[in-house]
Amino acid sequence: MDSILPLIYLFAALGFILAIKWMNHPSTARRGVIIGEIGMLLAVIGTLLRADVHLDWILAGLAIGSAIGAPLAYLMPMTAVPQLTALSHAFGALASALIGTAEYYKETPHGLTMGALAAETLLGYLTTTASILAFGKLQEILPTRPLTYKGQNVVSFIVLGGAVVLGVMLTAGWSDPWMFPAFIGFALMFGIMLVTPIGGADMPTVIALLNSSAGVAAAAMGFVLDNRLLIIAGALNGTAGLLLSIIMCKAMNRSFANVLFGAFGQVTAGAAAGSAVARPVRSATPEEAAAILDASSSVIIIPGYGMAVAQAQHKIREMYDLLTRRGVNVRFAIHPVAGRMPGHMNVLLAEADIPYDKLLEMDEINGDFPMTDVALVVGANDVVNPLARSDQDSPISGMPILDADKARTVMIIKRGMSPGFAGIDNELYYMDKTLMLFGDAKGFVGNIVKELGSNHH
Amino acid sequence: MNHNYEFGLYVFMLAAFLGWELVKRVSPLLHTPLMSLSNAISAIAVVGAIALTGDKTATTLIRTLAFIALITATINVVAGYLITDRMLKMFRKREPAAPSEGERK
Repeated sequence: MDSILPLIYLFAALGFILAIKWMNHPSTARRGVIIGEIGMLLAVIGTLLRADVHLDWILAGLAIGSAIGAPLAYLMPMTAVPQLTALSHAFGALASALIGTAEYYKETPHGLTMGALAAETLLGYLTTTASILAFGKLQEILPTRPLTYKGQNVVSFIVLGGAVVLGVMLTAGWSDPWMFPAFIGFALMFGIMLVTPIGGADMPTVIALLNSSAGVAAAAMGFVLDNRLLIIAGALNGTAGLLLSIIMCKAMNRSFANVLFGAFGQVTAGAAAGSAVARPVRSATPEEAAAILDASSSVIIIPGYGMAVAQAQHKIREMYDLLTRRGVNVRFAIHPVAGRMPGHMNVLLAEADIPYDKLLEMDEINGDFPMTDVALVVGANDVVNPLARSDQDSPISGMPILDADKARTVMIIKRGMSPGFAGIDNELYYMDKTLMLFGDAKGFVGNIVKELGSNHH
Repeated sequence: MNHNYEFGLYVFMLAAFLGWELVKRVSPLLHTPLMSLSNAISAIAVVGAIALTGDKTATTLIRTLAFIALITATINVVAGYLITDRMLKMFRKREPAAPSEGERK
């Protein structure tokens, strides 16, 4: 059996690589999941066959985990996918951390093995608490605004530094009984401190980073256990998360440091509130909006987190159906950081049965706005703010935006005139061709649908 | 403790570059499922938990830690794969003939 196991692991690794490869297109993606599952199953069965004792414990553990995991995946509504992902990261990272801890007490290693073990447990524990906190913020159990205090970054760095120093001491072979528990304590604390100052709109970057760190923890575990399958799987996950977080940062024209330590959306909110008063805007009723949409030949809908909050995606689908049936070309423009995690809007719109070839990314669709009759913004704000192009001093300066302002008519569904997450006023609202549609996104789109439906024939 | 770290580092480096090239080609449409899939894959940590739970030299403390890790890693594997598949099922190119699963709340 011992000679077959490495071969099984090799095939499992192949399965994981193909799984990621086939994610490149929706038509092959499900095949990717299946090959990934086969790889995982092979590896688990192979490992089971080699276990010396306690098969009952192992099977019980697998059964309990499945009994919790399956309902989690099936019962969570699609709008809760960011929370569920955060929770998954926490579970995976905790597993790496606990195995690292167990290995430490089993072997009390030093040297390179201890170095890898320290990396595994540090990343594992900090990802666990950070992901739990991210879950709390996304589920809105905890306040979503960044929480900051004076000297926050200094305290965070001291805590991280403490963990690193202890990790290095342990690696060098010092092993007082208090050191490893203290190391764990610092790692857990740093995870909390990392996410405390992060606000809702920065969650896509942070979730991607935690995805990456959970992967690197698993890879480090591969070094501790001398298991190449773990190294490969962890490296794939580590780079996937890292690349996604880089894409998110670029889509906001910000650096990692600024996202993690800048407490964005905190300071500017107060300053901008004053200037937002009493500038005239034009507003329209659902009837007027429906008439304009009906008379247009091309419409681009720009969804944002507000659409998810209002659960408006199904009503938008109905509107999409009615307009498409009348020959209007309706498409969706998806900004990379719209929502609370990378790709969040695509999942919600796909759930509402919008065909995925109508969901276009920023670079694909931005050139089409000048030829578009109506840009309809639903629950998005900063990602369509023209100030990002023009105002050098704006906090969102240089952020690539969707060119909604170049469409012939702009319609914005919004509850009121409050500024967006970045806390800055949106010039788009005050343009002559802009109509503000005040109300709840779901209700307002529902009224447009009713209006369009009654006009029919 | 006869680990081959040099070999491990080569594996890590190559896998990381491969991952980078593969993920770069993933459509932004699928960034959410990609994240849950890659996370489920790295929950392969479950094999470490199995080996440690079934290790006859393990003390009660070690076995308990490994058992908890086994449960959390399994949750990560199962929830990760199932939610990925659930999301991918929703991505359709054309209008479905009759409203089916997408209509279900």
